[in-house]
Order: sequence, then structure tokens, then C-alpha cells
Amino acid sequence: MLSIYLKEINAFFSSLIGYMVIGIFLVLMGLVMWVFPDYSVLDGNYATMDTLFAMAPLVFMFLIPAVTMRTFAEENQSGTIELLVTRPISDWQIVLGKFLGSFTLVVFALLPTVLYYVSVYKLGAPEGNLDSGGILGSYIGLLFLASAFVAIGVFASSLSTNQIVAFVLATFLSFFVYLAFDFLSRLPIFYGKTDDLVQSFGIQYHYDSVSRGLLDTRDLIYFISITLLFLAATVLSLNRRKW
Amino acid sequence: MSVKVQNLVKVYEVQRAVDNLSFEARKGEVLGFLGPNGAGKTTTMKIITGYLPQSDGSASVCGFDVTKEAMEARARIGYLPENNPLYKDMYVREYLMFTAGVHKIAKPRQRVEEMIERTGLNSHHFKHIGELSKGYRQRVGLAQAMLHDPEVLILDEPTSGLDPNQIVDIRKLIKELGKEKTVILSTHILAEVEAVCDRAVIINKGKLVADAPIEVLKQQFTGRTVVTAEFGQKTTADALKKIPHVAAVQHLNGNKWQLSAAADAEDIRPLIFNFAIANQLTLLELHKEVFSVEEVFQQLTRA
Repeated sequence: MLSIYLKEINAFFSSLIGYMVIGIFLVLMGLVMWVFPDYSVLDGNYATMDTLFAMAPLVFMFLIPAVTMRTFAEENQSGTIELLVTRPISDWQIVLGKFLGSFTLVVFALLPTVLYYVSVYKLGAPEGNLDSGGILGSYIGLLFLASAFVAIGVFASSLSTNQIVAFVLATFLSFFVYLAFDFLSRLPIFYGKTDDLVQSFGIQYHYDSVSRGLLDTRDLIYFISITLLFLAATVLSLNRRKW
Repeated sequence: MSVKVQNLVKVYEVQRAVDNLSFEARKGEVLGFLGPNGAGKTTTMKIITGYLPQSDGSASVCGFDVTKEAMEARARIGYLPENNPLYKDMYVREYLMFTAGVHKIAKPRQRVEEMIERTGLNSHHFKHIGELSKGYRQRVGLAQAMLHDPEVLILDEPTSGLDPNQIVDIRKLIKELGKEKTVILSTHILAEVEAVCDRAVIINKGKLVADAPIEVLKQQFTGRTVVTAEFGQKTTADALKKIPHVAAVQHLNGNKWQLSAAADAEDIRPLIFNFAIANQLTLLELHKEVFSVEEVFQQLTRA
């Protein structure tokens, strides 16, 4: 598993994709946090990082599929998957290696935003006047959200031999799991009756809950389950040649 | 027995790609796996490597069942799939180090150097695999298959698409490997079987049609003169066998007989003519056929 993990990370940084993803993420986040007047902290006059945590999931929705699209689709396309699955390693090791590789790249993209926290901390009046607990919670929420998106992306990639198809499918699935349940809950058949239950199927419900700085085990279990669900689906999809 | 395939069946939808196939490969031999395109060679190899599950029957590698003890079996197989898939954006050394890591080889660096040396990749190890010519890619494919020193090598058309010089090099390497390991090599090039294999298993439409050492196959079918003779009157096989140099006699129909002799023997046609005169038979037809390896193959696999 370690070899596959290291190979994935190497692949990101020996090609442009790793630098591009990190660069684009940071540029977008920088613009939203500090430049765009509608969202910027400097114009908002409040020492918060809410804009970052509101925008990051939307950016991840497009960037993470770009990271994960090649994981399996490229191997399916070139036929190297045949060699990989006939090596003496289990399918779970392959899937976990690839998942952790992509997840690590996302963590690398997220790490420099800690600088934003330091800046906002310094800018507060008085200095340090911000909700650090809430921000830590939001970071944890964002990491869980990223792990769910990466798992979705890896799964989508395993379904196809075409990276574009994998990208589009992953974006759609991520959008659906992140936001669609929230929208669906407003349908008349759910609204006022089971809308809370329907919302709780979606990521946003749990992400918002964790972002308040409240680490509820139900939310953690939700994120871990959704990640594992898509990883298990990936293992199944790897084995579909056997059906 | 290094590789044992027993009553193997693979059914795709309605087609039986592999139909009740059994054969064995021993240590220290190169087994040629022959058949026309679509005969089931690749499918059989994919089952042995554990990529595809069989519909029925079993396959084992060094005594380990490929489905029940998959990890043990896989650890003992070096596999070069058809079309030699490789990561084109990796460096040769990087790819071999990755493979060594997956197989958890002790002292990977040393082993990778050894393989680079052995496959003649010395001057190319710093290149991207995608930049290599087809011959060198094939060497990389062989290097990754041999890296973990497996007891069994499964090579699916290892020389396809190479130029004649490269073919000679690769064959030499395979022959060398065959001395200490079990090599199963699929091909539809007959000259290749003659050049590298000790034994051949010929399949057609998923069924076994021949399994014999190359020497036996050759003697049985090739380099043999076959003469068809039709006489005007009845004669017997025993009488025909008394003709000098005639090795085998086969009755075709009516008064038509097929007689065979070793190719290096004297031409038997005059002898048959003399036999006809001596026995007061009329000779209606006398026709000589020479079998080549290609014809043997065609005869066996055309149905």
C-alpha cells in the first residue's frame, strides 16, 4: 500500500497536476479571502474565516475530481490495471493507496491557508479576537468533506477508462452528495415532515454542524461512513471484470 | 508441477472461450502456448494470473490454487500481459523500484540494478518509459515480470511488434530464463515455438488439440513425406508396409492409401510404382505432399 501511495504522490508532483491544483486552490481562496470586495475579510470588518469555509467546498467540488480522475481511469485505459491487480496485494490496499495519495495532495493544498488564520488572528482588534475553536472545527469538517469527495472521485475514476468522464461524474456525484439532499428536502413531500432526515443524508448538514466547532460523533460517523461506502464501491468496481 | 491447469472452463455469455482445458508445465521448461487468434490463449493466461475467474475447473501455481490461495500463487508469478502495459510517464528505474516495493523485495535497489543489467536497459534507465522504443519497452516489461524472481513466468506474446533483431534478443533472454524457471509463452508465430520452446500446447476454440515436446510434434507432423496413392485393385496395409522406407500407412477410402516416410529418406514414389508392378496393380494416382509446421498448425486448428 505504501508503494502505491508514494507512487501516486510522485505522479502528482512529477507532472503539473499537483502544482496546478495547489496553485489554483490558493489563488482562488486568496482572492475570495482578501481581494473580492463582496467576500473579503478586509471589507467585512469581522475577524472570521467564514468565507474560506463557505467557498472551499465549492472549489473542492471541481478541484478534487481533477485530482482523482486519473487514479484508476488512466490504469484502465493503458491496461496497467491488469498488472496491478495481479500483484500479491489486496484490492483494498490498491484502493486505499490511491485514496490516501489524492487525499494527501488536498491536505497539501489546504495547509498554506493556515497563514490566513495567522493573518486574521493578527488583524483582529484586539489581536486574537476570533473563534479559534470554530475554525479548528471547520478545518476538521473540511478535511472530512475532502476525504468524502476524494473517495467519490476515486470511485468515479474506477468506473471509466476516460478521465473526462471520471471528472464529470465525480463532480456530479460530489455536488449531489454535498448539496442536493438539502434542496430535495424542500420538496413538498418532505417539507415540514421529514426534511431534517433528508437533509441529514447530505454532506452540507454535517459540515455545517462540525463548522460550528461542535464535534459530534454522529457527524464523524457520517463522514467516515460515506468515505468507506465509496471506497467499498471502488473495490466492487475493480472486481466487476469477474462478474 | 509448477503450473497445473485442470478441466478449465471459461464461459463468456454464450461462447466457451476455454473448454475443458488441462495441461501442465514443469520447472526448467519453456512451454509454447499456441493457437490461432481467439483460441483462448490470453483468457487461459489471465485465469492463471488471477485476473479473471474461471467458470469451472482449476488452475494452480507451485501447488497454490489461483483462486483459493491467490496471494501465494500471485507472489510466484511474473506476468507480461498482452500489449505490455506500462506507466508511460514513469522513469524506467522509478517503475522498477515501485514494482519492487509492491512485491516487498529485500534490497530493492540492488535487485533493480541487477534486472536493468540483465535486460540490457543500462543505457536507457534514466528515460521515461514513454520515450523508449518498443523493443526496450518489452525489456522493461520482462524486467518487471522477473524482478521478484518468480518461479513461473507467464508471457503473453512477448515478441509481437518487435523487429527481427529485437526478437532474437528477447528469445535468447527467454530461453535463458527457461533453464531455471517455468515459462509459459503464448504466440501464434510458429518459428518462435521452434526457436525457444521445449514443449508445445496447441489449442483451438478453447480445446486442447496437441500437447507434446517440440521434437515429437516435428517428427509426427513435419519433415515427413506423405504420398497419396490410388490403385485400381484392392491391396492391404500389411502389403504396403513392406515397401522399403514406408513408415506408416493409412487407408483413406476405396483403394486410396496414404503412405508416409521420413523426409530425409529416399523418395518412395518409384518404390510404390515398382510395388504396383510387382503385385500386378494399376496405379491410378501418385501424389506427394510435404508437411510444414504451418500446415501442421493449420491441420490441427482448422475446424
